[in-house]
Amino acid sequence: MATVSIRDLEIEFGNLKVLRNLDLEIEQGEFIVLLGPSGCGKSTLLNAVAGLLDVSAGQIWIGGKNVTWEEPKDRGIGMVFQSYALYPRMTVTGNLSFGLQMAKTPKAEIEKRVARAAEILQIQPLLNRRPAELSGGQRQRVAIGRALVRDVDVFLFDEPLSNLDAKLRTELRVELKRLHQGLGSTMIYVTHDQIEALTLADRIAVMNGGVIQQLASPKEIYRRPLNRFVAGFVGSPSMNFIDGTLAIEEGRAAFALKDGTRIDLTGYEFDARPEHGRPATLGIRPEQIDLEKREAESSTLPVNLTLMEPMGADSLVWGDVAGTQFSVRIDGDAHVDTPSSVDAWFQPAQASVFDLATGARL
Amino acid sequence: MKPRRRKNVASYVALIPAFIIVVFAYLGTMLWTVQISFTDSKLLPSMNFIGIRQYERLFATSRWIISLENMVIFGIGLILVCLVLGFLMAAALDQKIRFENTFRTIFLYPYAMSFIVTGLAWQWILNPTLGVQQYVRNLGWTNFQFDWIVQNDRAIYVVIIAGVWQASGLVMALMLSGLRGIDQELWKAAQIDGIPAWRVYLNIVVPMMRPTIITSVVLLSLAVVRVYDLVIALTGGGPGISSEVPAKFILDYLFGRSNIGLATAASSVLLVIVLVIITPWLYYEYFRPERAKGGK
Amino acid sequence: MLQATSRATAANAVEPSGPRPRSVTAGRVGLYVFLAFAALFFLLPMYVMIVTSLKTMGEIRIGNIFSLPTEATIEPWIQAWNSACTGLNCGGIKVGFWNSVRILIPSVILSIFIGALTGYALSLWRVRGANLLFAVLLLGAFLPYQVFIYPLVRIYSTIGIYGTMTGIVVTHIIFGLPLMTLLFRNYYASLPIELFKAARVDGGGFFQIFFRLMLPMSTPIVIVACILQVTGIWNDFLFGVIFAGRENLPMTVQLNNIVNSTQGEKLYNVNMAATILTALVPLVVYFISGRWFVRGIAAGAVKG
Repeated sequence: MATVSIRDLEIEFGNLKVLRNLDLEIEQGEFIVLLGPSGCGKSTLLNAVAGLLDVSAGQIWIGGKNVTWEEPKDRGIGMVFQSYALYPRMTVTGNLSFGLQMAKTPKAEIEKRVARAAEILQIQPLLNRRPAELSGGQRQRVAIGRALVRDVDVFLFDEPLSNLDAKLRTELRVELKRLHQGLGSTMIYVTHDQIEALTLADRIAVMNGGVIQQLASPKEIYRRPLNRFVAGFVGSPSMNFIDGTLAIEEGRAAFALKDGTRIDLTGYEFDARPEHGRPATLGIRPEQIDLEKREAESSTLPVNLTLMEPMGADSLVWGDVAGTQFSVRIDGDAHVDTPSSVDAWFQPAQASVFDLATGARL
Repeated sequence: MKPRRRKNVASYVALIPAFIIVVFAYLGTMLWTVQISFTDSKLLPSMNFIGIRQYERLFATSRWIISLENMVIFGIGLILVCLVLGFLMAAALDQKIRFENTFRTIFLYPYAMSFIVTGLAWQWILNPTLGVQQYVRNLGWTNFQFDWIVQNDRAIYVVIIAGVWQASGLVMALMLSGLRGIDQELWKAAQIDGIPAWRVYLNIVVPMMRPTIITSVVLLSLAVVRVYDLVIALTGGGPGISSEVPAKFILDYLFGRSNIGLATAASSVLLVIVLVIITPWLYYEYFRPERAKGGK
Repeated sequence: MLQATSRATAANAVEPSGPRPRSVTAGRVGLYVFLAFAALFFLLPMYVMIVTSLKTMGEIRIGNIFSLPTEATIEPWIQAWNSACTGLNCGGIKVGFWNSVRILIPSVILSIFIGALTGYALSLWRVRGANLLFAVLLLGAFLPYQVFIYPLVRIYSTIGIYGTMTGIVVTHIIFGLPLMTLLFRNYYASLPIELFKAARVDGGGFFQIFFRLMLPMSTPIVIVACILQVTGIWNDFLFGVIFAGRENLPMTVQLNNIVNSTQGEKLYNVNMAATILTALVPLVVYFISGRWFVRGIAAGAVKG
């Protein structure tokens, strides 16, 4: 168990800066997820923590020790890869014990630890098989086991579930969470799958362009995205964005659409005092919109509905608001007429408003 | 100052043999050869520099000129015939024919054998008194003549025949794997559009095979510059000096005639020729920016 | 009704139905004729060598090189193996055969091992100057050997390995290295890089990862390398004649000396038997390895 602290980290490949001035403090026993689109630098960051690539500037501390220039094996980390990276010519036992043999662990101890890891992951029957004889899920268990036997303080996961089919992914996700609860180790987990991020993480670091855009709990990330990128990246289907300007009239905030329609924003908590006339983007998640008025604090939004996509438990209705594409999620049993123009309702307290130019939350 | 992790010493230790070979056996020897070519060395290397005198002497030596001419004739002949024959064989094998494996094995087996074996086999077949010529004469055409191997102005073409026999299978194999790499849907599309097969080959397939063709040409060119054993076994450079080639010229002057100044000058000329052929290709093949991102 | 009848009558005539009748088109015939002629061109020399080696000299002098032997004899083969002469030495081609074997074994093993190690270091480890080293190595594969030979002879003489078994083995290692390095470098670079990363996290060092992880995974490329090196080194003439020394002349050199020696009557049947014997090892490799041989050509298409 250890803290991980990344200080002012910078990584360049040639002239390309992949990470810049990155700071990240991870607490002992925390499950942190690095989430972002491909090329955002999340895997680079993880590889840097593992010591698999050289940093250009900055420091990496693990368990209160500066490991910036340490070899991977001396960092007290274990790593699980997307392709599992099992050693193909060794049995499962061989895979699990390779690292321990490298560290010259006594034989009896190796056997004990392999047995324990096999028990935790329930792979005892597989110990004498070769990787080629295992299913994807079994392979990933062995890969996790390889980190487990080494009694490491920090587990690093590089998109470990991406190569599995949807059903297995869900199963192993639950199992990972259980493993984390049981071991209490610090875990850093890279993924581009927001469901994994939201379900597993204590905190999520949403990354883009080599910069951490927001570091917060899943709930916070979902409810109060710090900028337009985070808002658009997290949540499926994506948040609706409508461009317009802020209008402050008699101390009440409203949002003016391009066609002049005013939308009342009373109840929205601005981070700073809103300015009248500021170009802004209003963000509302499809599931935060109601086509039948229920709540008291709701404000009205005129929507044209054109197409309905039933998805089982719920349905997605597509249309537009003042010419901008817009979607609404409704109950699977509900029905709306398309095409039609209706008034929809949402609670400004749940919505987000971003600066049009910078994308920052207002 | 950028921080750097300790370099792994073992990886440098492992590269010591390669490093020694590159520095001493390749670069060192190459520079030494070039250096000797500017001296008046005879039996032993001397340090008496005489500028480009050896090169002047070299290009005044008729044997060297003949060697160079032969290399050009052999090169053009070998490359053209091998490319055409190799491509035709590959295209024929690509027509879902019966016994494809057997044919492929037959076309390629000479490539497994040495130039010495190739040369001796053809020397025997083309033997003017007991070979093909005599066979045809025995059949009744008593004036039949096929004695190129003892004709001054024809001997080099015999070398081409033997070279084609040995190397066209290689081109066939390269071309065949190139053809197999072409998307089958392209053929279906052409079939539906009603384009005749030969047009597809000429206008679509051949341009797509450009990398394979370039590779084949480079490989054959190298064989051309290096050709030595084949000539030794087949004609011995004869009759007279009519089928001499540069590689043989150099070795004869190095070891037989003990004129290392002239021999190294000839080597240096050969070196320049190869560098001109090879450098752009090497760059294109291995160091293009998008390929440079190999492992780490 | 009308339609149905007309269709039925048409079907009785020529309307296509069921599998297409097999037709032999002119193009197809031409294709096979071309292939047959090509096959003839490639097979004929081997046929001539074989029949000649089974004939007596008397029959050969009649001048019908394509005829089958009237009385097949294996005497020329025995003579070629046991007592063919180069100059005054009449020990047969077997002397060269065993020399070639003794050259082949250490050369193949060492050149593959060093090539694998170099390729591994260049592909998976970050080494300063790796690209430069590799570039010069490749250049070495392409340059004419004549450029290197004389200085190498001098270096070998100085350190005392000129004209020795060590000398010829070292030479094969030197000139085999570019191709071997290229093969292994490309192979290791094609493996999933995560395997290497996992081994690094597990604490494997340079040589531990090489011997315990990479070498056991290298079987396919080692086979390809073996095919290329066994045929290449066996077929070598140039290095053998220069570096091996009088006592260790490889089979190709001895064969050429036997056949092209100017002394005495030319025994064409013995010569052809000796020639086939010399070609035998690479031919066996070729026929056994089959598709692997082609794969080797494609993988190491730089072979000159």
